[in-house]
Amino acid sequence: MTAPAKLVCKNVWKLYGAGADSFLDANPTPDMKTIRAAGLIPAVRKADIDIREGEIFVIMGLSGSGKSTLVRCMSRLIEPSAGEILFHGTDLLKASDKEMIEIRRHKMGMVFQHFALLPHLTVLQNVAFPLTIQGQKRKLAEARAMEVIELVGLKGREGYYPRELSGGQQQRVGIARSLADEPELWFLDEPFSALDPLIRREMQDEFLRLQGMLAKTIVFITHDFDEAIRLADRIAIMKDGAIIQVATPEELVLNPANDYVEEFTRHVPRDKVMSVGKIMQVGGKGAGQGIPASAKIVEVAEQVIEADEPLLVVDEGKPVGSINAAAVIRVLLGKSAR
Amino acid sequence: MSTFRHPSTWIFITLLVLTWLLARMGAGWAEATGLAWAFDYPKAWVIPLKDWVSAAMKYLVEDVHFGFFTFKEFTRAISWLIEQPYNLTRALLAEGFMDGPGRRANQILPPFSWITITACVIALGHYARDWILAAIVGFAFLYLSVFGQWESAMITLSSVIIAVPIGVIGGLSLGILAYRHPLFDRMLKPLLDLMQTIPIFAYLVPILVLFGFGPVAALVATVIYAMPPMVRITTMALKAVNPEIKDFGVMTGCTQAQMTWRILVPAARSSLMVGVNQVIMLSLNMVIIASMIGAGGLGFDVLSSLRRLDIGGGFEAGIAIVILAIAVDRLSQAFSERASTHQPKSKGNALIRYKRSFAILAILVAAFLLGRIWPFFQSFPEEYWLTTGAFWDNSVKYLNINYYDAFEAIKLFFLNYFLLPTKRFFLGLPWPWALAIIALIGWRFGGWKLALMNALMTLFIVTTGMWEKAMITVYLCGVSVILASLIGIPLGVLAATNRRAGGIIGVIIDTLQTLPSFVYLIPVVMLFRIGDFTAMIAIVLYALVPAVRYAAHGVRSVRPELVEAGVVAGCTRWQLLTRIRLPLALPEVLLGLNQTIMLALSMLVITALVGTRDLGQEVYIALTKADTGRGLVAGLAIAFIAIIADRIISASARSARIRYGLEDAHG
Repeated sequence: MTAPAKLVCKNVWKLYGAGADSFLDANPTPDMKTIRAAGLIPAVRKADIDIREGEIFVIMGLSGSGKSTLVRCMSRLIEPSAGEILFHGTDLLKASDKEMIEIRRHKMGMVFQHFALLPHLTVLQNVAFPLTIQGQKRKLAEARAMEVIELVGLKGREGYYPRELSGGQQQRVGIARSLADEPELWFLDEPFSALDPLIRREMQDEFLRLQGMLAKTIVFITHDFDEAIRLADRIAIMKDGAIIQVATPEELVLNPANDYVEEFTRHVPRDKVMSVGKIMQVGGKGAGQGIPASAKIVEVAEQVIEADEPLLVVDEGKPVGSINAAAVIRVLLGKSAR
Repeated sequence: MSTFRHPSTWIFITLLVLTWLLARMGAGWAEATGLAWAFDYPKAWVIPLKDWVSAAMKYLVEDVHFGFFTFKEFTRAISWLIEQPYNLTRALLAEGFMDGPGRRANQILPPFSWITITACVIALGHYARDWILAAIVGFAFLYLSVFGQWESAMITLSSVIIAVPIGVIGGLSLGILAYRHPLFDRMLKPLLDLMQTIPIFAYLVPILVLFGFGPVAALVATVIYAMPPMVRITTMALKAVNPEIKDFGVMTGCTQAQMTWRILVPAARSSLMVGVNQVIMLSLNMVIIASMIGAGGLGFDVLSSLRRLDIGGGFEAGIAIVILAIAVDRLSQAFSERASTHQPKSKGNALIRYKRSFAILAILVAAFLLGRIWPFFQSFPEEYWLTTGAFWDNSVKYLNINYYDAFEAIKLFFLNYFLLPTKRFFLGLPWPWALAIIALIGWRFGGWKLALMNALMTLFIVTTGMWEKAMITVYLCGVSVILASLIGIPLGVLAATNRRAGGIIGVIIDTLQTLPSFVYLIPVVMLFRIGDFTAMIAIVLYALVPAVRYAAHGVRSVRPELVEAGVVAGCTRWQLLTRIRLPLALPEVLLGLNQTIMLALSMLVITALVGTRDLGQEVYIALTKADTGRGLVAGLAIAFIAIIADRIISASARSARIRYGLEDAHG
C-alpha cells in the first residue's frame, strides 16, 4: 500500500563552523557535547527520512530546530556536511552543477516564507520567469503562466506588480510560479507563516484543493503544529537539529515518542485526528450500511451517538468491526483510547 | 565625577600636560642636551623615497616593453579610445564639427542649439518625475545660456557624460566580481580605502605623466575618483538582496549569468541607483578639479579667475557650477526614484507613447534650420548676455572698503588666539614623543595591532621628511574639524529636535553637499584673501555637512521608549538632551566626526590653491611640476594621517557601541 520513495535522506548532517566536514569524517556520529566542544554549531543531526510519491510530508519544529536547513539540504541550496540525498535513487550530492540546474529547472519547485517575488516583474512575468530562464519562447511561457495563474485564482491580476497585492495574493503568485514548470517534487518553506490567521486558513484549504488536483510529492515546512496536523499525511518533528519522530498525525497523537512531542499533541482535539478504525471493536457486529474505518471520529460522531445501537465499520467494503457511542464519547471527552 | 577617580584618566591628563610642556619648552632643552634631532628630523636621515618613485615612473614611461608594444603606446591607446566618444559629445554639445584642427578651421556642422538641449533636459525632467522638475532643470539650463556660461557648462557636461558610464559600468563589474569572489573582494578593499583617502591631486600627478595634459587625463582621473563608491555600493547591494530571492534563483535553475543579471541586479536596483547618483556627483566634482590638468569648462573658468583675482568672473562661473550640479543631481535622483517604483506603460500609438522623443526631434530640426538663418536659434546671442560680474565685484569691493576692519579683526582674533597657538603646539612636538603617543592611543582603543599600524604610518611620514608639513596639515585640519564640530553638532541636534529647523537645515545641507568642493573657496578668498584663515573657513564649510547629518541622525535614532522613560521620570528638555539623547547619540556623532575629518583632509589639498604650507601644498607643487614621486609620497602621507584618524575614531565609536549594547563585543 505504501508508495515508492521519491526522496530519501540518509544520515544527513549539517554542522556550521570551521572544519565541520573533517570533524564528521573523524567521528561519524558525534553527540551534542562533542559537537559543541569542537566549537561547531549543529543545524541538522543524522536526518533519516524517506518521502513517498504523492504524499504531503510535513517537517514541523520550532524556530532554530533545523527544519529550514534540512529542506535546503534536500534541494542542495545548502551543502550538507555528510550523508546522502537520494532522488529517484541517485545521490543529488554527487550531481554536477549543470545536472543540478537541470533537476531544479524541471523536477523541483519551491515556495518561500516571504514569497521571494521579483519586485520589478509583474505577476505574469514572475510566474513565467522559471520558464523564460529555461529559454522558452515568451509567448509560450506566458500562455502556460496564465494557466497556473487561473489555477490559483488570480485571473485578472496578471498585470499587477507584487507590491500591489495582499500577502495572501502574493503567496498565491509564489505558488503559481513554483508550479509553472510542473515539478515532481514541491518544497514549501513555511509558506503561510507570514500571513494573518484567517488568510492562513483559507490558503491551507486552497493548498489542499490544489493537491487534490495535482497530487505532487510535497515537503512542507511549518512551525505550527495545528497546520501540520491539518495538512500532513506524515509529520516529522524536529528539535535541536534531530528528527524526534516521523509518524502520521494519528500515531503522533496516540503514541508520542517523548514528552516533547506529547506537549504539542496535548491540545490537539482527538476527534479530528483519530480514525474510526482505531477505536472500533474489532470483529463486533453493528447496524447500518457501514462507516469507513479511515473516517475521522469528528465526521461520524453525531451519527454514532444518535444511533441506538453500535454501527457497522467497513474497510474497503468488507465489514471489520463495530463502533458504539461510548467509545466516541470517550474520545470527545479527551480521554485517550489507551 | 567618578571618571576622575579612574587611574587611566590621570595617566591621560599627565601625558597631556607633559606633551604640552614638551611642545612649549622642548626645543630649548633640546639645544642644551644635544637632542635637536628629535625636534627637527635631520635632512641626512631622510629616505629618498620620492626620488625612487619618480625614477620608477620614468622607467615605466620610457623603457617598459610588453613584447609588441611599450607602456607608453599602451597608455596612448587608452587615450585614443577615450578620446573618440569624448570628442563626439564635445562636438555635439559645445563646439560643433570642424573640418580640421586649430582655430582657423571651419565649422561643418554646428553643435546642438541651446534650445534643443534645454528642451531635452525639460523632457527628461518630465519623463523622470513631473512638470515641476522639468521647470527646475529648464530654468537651470536657461540660466546657463542667459548668463553666458553655456559653452563652458557644455564642455563640463560632456566630460561628465563620458565619465559616468565608464565609472558606472566599471564599478558595477568590479563590484559583481568582488561579490562573486571573496578573495578578490579582500584584495580590492584596501585598494579602495586607499583610493578614497589619497587626496585627488596626488593621483592627478601620475595620470598627468602617463596621459599628458588634456581632457583625457582629466577623464581618467575623474573615473578613478568616481568609481570606488560604485564598487562598494554594488557589492553591498548584492549582498543585501533578500536571501530568499537568491534561494529562489538557485531553485529555478538559474545559471550564474542569469542569477546576476536577471535576479540580483534587478532586485538590488534601487541601491544601485544610489551608486549611480554618487558617481554622477563625484564626476562633476572631479571634472571641476581636473580643470587643473586640462579638463577645461567651468572649472577652468573658476581657476583662471581665482588666479587673476577676478572676483566677478569667479563668482559667475562658481554659481554656474552650483546650478549645473543641482540640476544634474535632481535629475539623476528623480531617475533613480523612478527606477525603484513602477510606472504603468502608456498606451496608444507610437506618436503618443514616444511623444517627448518626437517633440525633441521636431525641436532639433526646427532649431537647426532656423539657426542657419537666425543665429539666435543656434546660440544665445552674446549681446543679450546678462552679467552679474560687476555686481559681485562691487559688493565685494563695498564689503572690503566698509568692513575691512571688521573682517581683519575677526581674522586676527582667530589667528592669534586659536590658529597660531595650535600651530606652535604641533610644530613644537618632538617626533619621537608624538610617535609614542599616537601608538599609545592606538593601543588604548584597538590593541597592539592598531598601535603597530599607527607607529609604522607615523614613521613613514617622519622618515620621508614630511614631519613638519604633516604637523601643519594636522593643525589646519584639527582646528577646522573642531570648528566644524562646534557649529555642526549643535545644528544637527537642533535639526533633530525641532521640526521646522530640521526642514530648513535639511535643505541647506542637501544643497551644500551637491556643490563641488572648489566652489567653497571663491567667496572666502574674496573676503579674506589668501592664507591659513581662508583655508580654514573653506574647510569648515565643506566639512560641516557630515557633522550635522550624523548628529541629527544619531539623536533621531535614539529609541523613543528611552526618551519616554526620561519624560516619565520628570526630565526637563535640557536634561532629556544632555542625559539621554546626546550620550546615546555618541557613536553616531563619532562617525560624523570621522567623516568630517576625511572631508577636511580632502578639502585641505584644494585649499593649497590659497597658499597654505602643508602637505596639500606639497602635492599641488608636485602637480605643477609633474613630479610623480613628490606628489605620491606627500599624498600617501595625507592618506596615512586620514587612516590613523579613521581607525582610532572607528575603534572608539565601536567601543561606545559595545558599551551601550548596540553591538556585540565579538560581532
